[in-house]
Amino acid sequence: MTEHVVIVGGGTGGTVLANDLADRLDAELDAGDVRITLVNDGPDHVYKPVWLYVPFGQREPDDGRRPLDELVDDAVDLRIDRVSEIDTEAQRLRFDGTAPAVDYDYLVLATGSTLEPERIPGLVDGGYDYYSEVGSTALRDELLEFTEGHLVLSVIGTPHMCPAAPLEFVFMADDWLRERGLREDVDITYTYPIQRVHGNPHIAEWARPIMDDRGIEVETFFNAESIDPEAKTITSMEGTELDYDLLVTIPPHGGIDLIEEAGLGDNGWVDVDKHTLEAQAVDNVYALGDTADTGVPNAGSVAHYQAGVVGQRLASEVRGRPPTATYDGKTLCFIETGMDAASFVEFDYENQPSPAPPSEKLHWSKLAYNDSYWLTARGLL
Amino acid sequence: MTDIEPDETVDARGAACPGPLMDLIGQIRDAEAGDVVRLLSDTDQSLTDVPEWAEEAGNELLAVEEFDDHNAFYVERS
Ligand SMILES: Cc1cc2nc3c(=O)[nH]c(=O)nc-3n(C[C@H](O)[C@H](O)[C@H](O)COP(=O)(O)OP(=O)(O)OC[C@H]3O[C@@H](n4cnc5c(N)ncnc54)[C@H](O)[C@@H]3O)c2cc1C
Repeated sequence: MTEHVVIVGGGTGGTVLANDLADRLDAELDAGDVRITLVNDGPDHVYKPVWLYVPFGQREPDDGRRPLDELVDDAVDLRIDRVSEIDTEAQRLRFDGTAPAVDYDYLVLATGSTLEPERIPGLVDGGYDYYSEVGSTALRDELLEFTEGHLVLSVIGTPHMCPAAPLEFVFMADDWLRERGLREDVDITYTYPIQRVHGNPHIAEWARPIMDDRGIEVETFFNAESIDPEAKTITSMEGTELDYDLLVTIPPHGGIDLIEEAGLGDNGWVDVDKHTLEAQAVDNVYALGDTADTGVPNAGSVAHYQAGVVGQRLASEVRGRPPTATYDGKTLCFIETGMDAASFVEFDYENQPSPAPPSEKLHWSKLAYNDSYWLTARGLL
Repeated sequence: MTDIEPDETVDARGAACPGPLMDLIGQIRDAEAGDVVRLLSDTDQSLTDVPEWAEEAGNELLAVEEFDDHNAFYVERS
């Protein structure tokens, strides 16, 4: 019998996993013991970290796009369709439109995060972001015109992709404006939902003095409730109102609705065992990357490591052996601290991060990693 | 024990810090004025985080129930 592994989502986690499995199960694929299908709702693979650099004119959105069929091993069946229903009882996926349903023996959900700006009144009209391709180009155009006033970066949604990216944005904006001789005419304020500047206390403790040093104002316990695009104000649930001239936000995030509809978890995040990455609610379903609710950051590095674990576990299952590989929470992250310096953190479920001293070398390491990302997606690195 | 009937419960047991506070804030965001949200958390940090935020946001922390392996916080949206 041929076992069918279906991966939904051709982003970082899904693509790395598809290539990992094609390599690992080479012999089984040849023998017809297993079939691998990767489903994505568009023909391109999108590498989101590029968007941080777009507003500063350092990258173009196209730098973060490649056709999936150039990245995915030929042994994988690539299907460009949007999944519209997950039936875990029948082990069947349905699609938008008239595309025929697909049955699976093992399902992996790697559907990532979706932005939900409409959850905050006024945000769609009042705020800019660099968490989407269109957002990053609109922000670039606005930043180029922005020579004086109040720039507010507000972290609204948590969890959100790349917990370091809001800090990186204000550090880069500070440096970029200084280099252009505009910093004296621009005030920068950073707002965060809890009592410190980052969810992780160690990273918060490291970042706060840098912000103070660079004259970046901070508002903590600030959970945006509404935005008035006419008056240019943002008001928090805690009752603080800030005037802004340019508002950049990290919008609320969610997973895709069909995950909740299938009873796999709330808000589109799949409840998983944080070590095995198996769904808690049903058998034969795994989740990885942003959509797997493990409590670790929503980061590409996490999706990459988790893909290796799920790849090993699925290979064991296909071979009829008990799977033993587990995920230890490993997270790796470069943090830009300006236009030509960066820090680096590495941590897991047991060990806390300790940010490295910012250096130019780490900044170039981050850029080099981003450029070699396409080898990672192909499963080569 | 309290006899407060929560309108919503957020079970953040197992979530690493600051997950529970973020989860509570998310639920209060969607709640109506007067609704009571019960947060279940097993991180000690919540014992300081939650009262601090409730005060800052002007929401009332009605009660804290302590159990062996977790605490339950009852917060009313103002
Ligand atoms: C500005 C920015 C900077 C970042 N910087 C970094 C960084 O420096 N380092 C780092 O590690 N991470 C970074 N990240 C985070 C990283 O990009 C994500 O965490 C990562 O992409 C998650 O991978 P994933 O596979 O879970 O989801 P994604 O890569 O988002 O892929 C999900 C895929 O699923 C598809 N999909 C969704 N629903 C369906 C459906 N119903 N049917 C079919 N297909 C579907 C989507 O179209 C998408 O292709 C950054 C993110 C942003 C926004």
